[in-house]
Amino acid sequence: MSDHRHVDEFTGVETTGHEWDGIRELDNPLPRWWQWVFWACVVWSVGYWVVYPAWPLVSSHTKGMIGYSSRAEVAQEIKTATAGMAGQLERIRKAPLEQIRTDTGLREFAMAGGRSAFNVNCSQCHGSGAQGFKGFPNLNDDEWIWGGTLDAIFRTITHGIRNTEDENAHQSEMPAFGRDGILTKAQVADVAEYVLSLSGQAADGTASARGKPLFTDNCAACHGDNGQGSTEFGAPALNNNIWLYGGDKATIVETVTNSRRGVMPAWGRHLDEATVKQLAIYVHSLGGGK
Amino acid sequence: MRSMGSLLDTAIDAPEVREYDVEAVNRKETRPPLYVPRKKIHPRRAHGFFRTFKWWVMAATLGIYYVTPWLRWDRGPGAPDQAVLVDIPGRRFYFFFIEIWPQEFYYIAGLLIMAGLGLFLVTSVVGRAWCGYACPQTVWTDLFIWVERLVEGDRGARIRLDKEPMSGAKATKRLAKYVIWLLIAMGTGGAWVFYFADAPTLLVDLVTGQAATDAYATVGVLTFTTFTLGGFMREQVCTYMCPWPRIQAAMMDEESLTVTYRTDRGEPRKPFEKNADWDTRGDCIDCKACVVVCPMGIDIRDGQQLECITCALCIDACDDVMGKIGRPRGLIDYDSIANDERRRAGKETKLRLFRPRTLFYFALWALIGLGMVYVLLTRSDLDINVIHDRNPLYTTLSDGSIRNGYTFKILNKAREQRTLTLHASGLPGIALKVVGSEDMGDSPDPYFTVKPDRLQSFRLLVTVPPGILKGDAADLRFVLKEINTGQTASYNSLFRGPQ
Ligand code: SF4
Ligand code: SF4
Repeated sequence: MSDHRHVDEFTGVETTGHEWDGIRELDNPLPRWWQWVFWACVVWSVGYWVVYPAWPLVSSHTKGMIGYSSRAEVAQEIKTATAGMAGQLERIRKAPLEQIRTDTGLREFAMAGGRSAFNVNCSQCHGSGAQGFKGFPNLNDDEWIWGGTLDAIFRTITHGIRNTEDENAHQSEMPAFGRDGILTKAQVADVAEYVLSLSGQAADGTASARGKPLFTDNCAACHGDNGQGSTEFGAPALNNNIWLYGGDKATIVETVTNSRRGVMPAWGRHLDEATVKQLAIYVHSLGGGK
Repeated sequence: MRSMGSLLDTAIDAPEVREYDVEAVNRKETRPPLYVPRKKIHPRRAHGFFRTFKWWVMAATLGIYYVTPWLRWDRGPGAPDQAVLVDIPGRRFYFFFIEIWPQEFYYIAGLLIMAGLGLFLVTSVVGRAWCGYACPQTVWTDLFIWVERLVEGDRGARIRLDKEPMSGAKATKRLAKYVIWLLIAMGTGGAWVFYFADAPTLLVDLVTGQAATDAYATVGVLTFTTFTLGGFMREQVCTYMCPWPRIQAAMMDEESLTVTYRTDRGEPRKPFEKNADWDTRGDCIDCKACVVVCPMGIDIRDGQQLECITCALCIDACDDVMGKIGRPRGLIDYDSIANDERRRAGKETKLRLFRPRTLFYFALWALIGLGMVYVLLTRSDLDINVIHDRNPLYTTLSDGSIRNGYTFKILNKAREQRTLTLHASGLPGIALKVVGSEDMGDSPDPYFTVKPDRLQSFRLLVTVPPGILKGDAADLRFVLKEINTGQTASYNSLFRGPQ
């Protein structure tokens, strides 16, 4: 910095005094409009401090004259939205499921609410499109382990499956036929061949013939004589194209050997009734509802 | 030296011709290299062909702007009867017999593209005609200057008034001017909001304080911008704020007509003298009538300039002078660079309107226009949009059949309820199910009703028996048919299955 004034020859304007490799910066005055805006902003900000929350204090902050807070604003918006939905939710709470399903207005409301509740609570296991994953059933198809009527779906969601939190949860236990020594390794393989044949897949005829009586003795009680399954015991049908864990021989052997034990929370304990009802309507509408 | 105003204008020795004391704001010789504070411009009133033409254009453009929202158009019960209406909450744009849905925004896009290309075309033919005649900034500035002249007088009187110390008379004049400006500005902002709501209702609401805050805010903002842009910023908007002057050069070529001072005829300029020998001197008598009328405050004799909006008022001014001193008019005129060169080379001047550039702009413009007319004429009031589920892409059912889910949306643009059937083709054995419509009868094709003037969404399940689908996808065509009229709308989609 030099302290003698330097005036640019070409423009007649004073420079800032700095020089970088022979380049000097003109010290033109700021445009007037710019200064006006600047001072207006300063004045505005003082007003803002007074009216709105602004300064951090040790354990809190200045609250401002009108007591504004963005958190309260969101809370208010949620309250308004909830109040707006209260009437419909009340109707859903009161109406039987079948009536909700047939009333266009209620159904559309329930499907929208059900979809968002599903995304928040269910999609982690069943997938965002309810397409399911290995061990978590696809809710779009027409096989229902614990029943696919509206009431059955509602019941499953409310009480859950094989959980300890709800005494009314669906309960059933598949024995670990191989691990617990109920069947030998060879017998498990024979049963697996028979199960393959049930669903129309290619199977070894003699092994499958050996497996058939074993199936009748050990499996048919729950899965049915023809492997048609039973929603009463939560025993999936084995004679169709839908497999919860997999329909190839290795997976079937693994299932028979170690058994399977899917669980699901009792959502009735976490969500209010209207939400569970909306979930039931939504899941039922996905395409497989009976 | 800064202008001392018309006090020093000297009468010269020709009937009613005088020399004006004025200096172009951007005069070549003294043009400063950097930013300078604005020099106030006091344009003098011009008379002549272009000035008259500009009054007519002003009347037409302002007329269209102010009157349009008040035109009525009967669309039947339940529909707005405003001819031109942008209904934002209802998501409709009404333009006389045309009614546009948000899905049809391409009409607006097409119109905007046509407006852009039209501007290109006009610019390539006659330069910045838009700037000079039709741009709102020009029109409102012109109007504001007219008010200024009405209240404070023409150039000389205004310069005197500016210099005068504040007095009762001066304050009254200023106040009157600002009040009229403000009323015009409010009228401008006020008219704008009428395009977005039923005008008569909104007017009553605005006056009685019942209108929405948005409406008042819009009127307020537009009042403010009109008042400042038209009253104070004026030519600065064109020179510093508007991008168009910077782009326009790209559309112009040497054949484009634009306001031009004919150097070959005018130079060497010399003050008027009686019985001059016009063969040895130029026609320009350096009276500066062209500078004094210029709303941009520039001197066209310095050549093409970014500031010139080609308002052609300098043509009027100079033609007037030429008439008085008995020289041919058109010393300043619409002319092209090519003609200037032709003249220098001793060739005939000519007007070349049809050049590859103009033809190209016109062809593009016409093409889009025809396309829009075609789309508009074949526009259907029934439309269907089908979105395949993303997740799951397909579902295998217990019997091995494959099912796909779709969301399909029906746009019923008619003003009555309609009953429709949906048919899908492309694969044998297709079964359709509309979620929620199973109680609607046992037709193989589901049928359902859609409400008038509505977009309705349905969920559709399409099932194909096992073994039909070869490969992982097949084409599927949905046809929607209105039962009464047989009108159809179709959509091509895909049916997906396992790999
Ligand atoms: S161009 Fe025409 S109006 Fe301009 S100074 Fe010359 S004679 Fe006067
Ligand atoms: S130079 Fe002439 S045409 Fe250009 S802005 Fe000025 S008066 Fe208008």
